[in-house]
Amino acid sequence: MQPQVKWGNPMTVSSIAASSLRLQGAAGSPLPSLPAAATTIEISDVFHGFDGREVLRGLCVTLTQRRIGIVGANGSGKSTFARLLNGLLLPARGKVRIDGLDPARDLRAVRRKVGFVFQNPDTQIVLPTVEEDIAFGLKGHKSGAADRAAKVTEILDRFGLADLRQAPAHRLSGGQKQLLAIAGVLITAPDCIVFDEPTTLLDLRNARRVGQVIADLTQTAIVVTHDLPLLAGFDRVLVFDQGRIVADDEPGPALRAYVERMT
Amino acid sequence: MSPLHRCPPGPKLATLALAGTGLMFVTNPFAMLDFLALTLLGFHVAGFGGARIWRQIRPMLWMLAVLFLVQGGLAGWTLAALIVARLLTLMLLASLVTLTTRTEDLIATLERLLTPLAPLGVNPAKVGLAVSLALRFLPVIAEEAERVREAQAARGLGTHPLALILPLIVRVLKAAEEVAEAIEARSGHDDGPALSR
Ligand SMILES: Nc1ncnc2c1ncn2[C@@H]1O[C@H](COP(=O)(O)OP(=O)(O)OP(=O)(O)O)[C@@H](O)[C@H]1O
Ligand SMILES: [Mg+2]
Repeated sequence: MQPQVKWGNPMTVSSIAASSLRLQGAAGSPLPSLPAAATTIEISDVFHGFDGREVLRGLCVTLTQRRIGIVGANGSGKSTFARLLNGLLLPARGKVRIDGLDPARDLRAVRRKVGFVFQNPDTQIVLPTVEEDIAFGLKGHKSGAADRAAKVTEILDRFGLADLRQAPAHRLSGGQKQLLAIAGVLITAPDCIVFDEPTTLLDLRNARRVGQVIADLTQTAIVVTHDLPLLAGFDRVLVFDQGRIVADDEPGPALRAYVERMT
Repeated sequence: MSPLHRCPPGPKLATLALAGTGLMFVTNPFAMLDFLALTLLGFHVAGFGGARIWRQIRPMLWMLAVLFLVQGGLAGWTLAALIVARLLTLMLLASLVTLTTRTEDLIATLERLLTPLAPLGVNPAKVGLAVSLALRFLPVIAEEAERVREAQAARGLGTHPLALILPLIVRVLKAAEEVAEAIEARSGHDDGPALSR
């Protein structure tokens, strides 16, 4: 195993302690890619359902740590929860606040703050070549073309994709595609990135690589996964079951509780 | 850089549009073969060899074969050959344009051409994105088709056009939903591509 960086506060985390530890948001930070503090996410009394079936049942949680994992059985509501965090989904009932912002009212600001990486890299790469896809999130920015190109170059170098700049995206390997997808989100300099099963379709080596990229992020990362080793070194893990949070602790105890539940 | 690479996107797009309509009026299979040869000559001028051409044709082979058989059975083999040659010519010409033009330039030109239509409710940025998406996902869809065909061959099913198309539609619709969500998640930045519903 690669050495894992322990981020943020090492205290045993409960949602009560976490809310008393509410950190300052990074809204006024001069360096948007290096947020001064973790993003604060407040969820209170959130219910959501599809076709009359409740999928999230009264969630209450405040997240302030830099590395947060989410595990749970298939269909337990993890992805639905993740989608609330950048306004891809608005809750039927309850309150969602991202550094105080309400996705229902400040959708753009929330989207700028929170990036989202999905499971399948094939469907999140939207433009034909590597560089075009990375630049997609900057399309229409006031920054000039040269500035944009410099940002693309920087991120390609950081991800070891520089040689593939002009390559058609569909020719990349699965691992390279997922890195490209992450790069495409990072270029917009969000404060927080939500990952929904980022390693599910990857082989062991690529999964580790993506794990390392996540560990190295300066941003807050919220990672939904069935790949438990990915969460080693995280600050906090939530266990979902049937639309509720049934455990919320440091990775060790939380994952033990999860495994017990599943066996 | 071949002369075709250097040529600005406008004339190339115009040629493609002209061919798209013009070739519909060519009804002589041999004349159609001339246009096909002309297109292949274009590949040569652009510095692309046979392997490159084959790579463009291979993914459409199944679709063309199915089309040929269906058309041949329904409307006669000469007409089938004509239709397949016409489609092949157009597809190759389109590939030639995309291979020799950076997509970004292509889309920029397209968006500029569409700007006068903005008062009529056409959103050039959206059309541009739609075209980029089509370019991005054509190879993906071709690969999906190949995967569906392989999966069916592995289960000992013969290739019936419907058996190929139905699972393909299901997969493509699912992919389309995911793509829409990914675009939405990446949109809404400052004055970025504001395409959220
Ligand atoms: N758009 C939707 N329309 C209808 N039902 C949905 C929709 N999205 C999710 N569901 C349902 O909500 C429930 C929870 O789904 P969700 O995707 O949140 O689970 P999950 O915990 O992410 O599961 P997995 O581990 O399989 O990804 C499931 O029963 C699912 O079928
Ligand atoms: Mg899920």
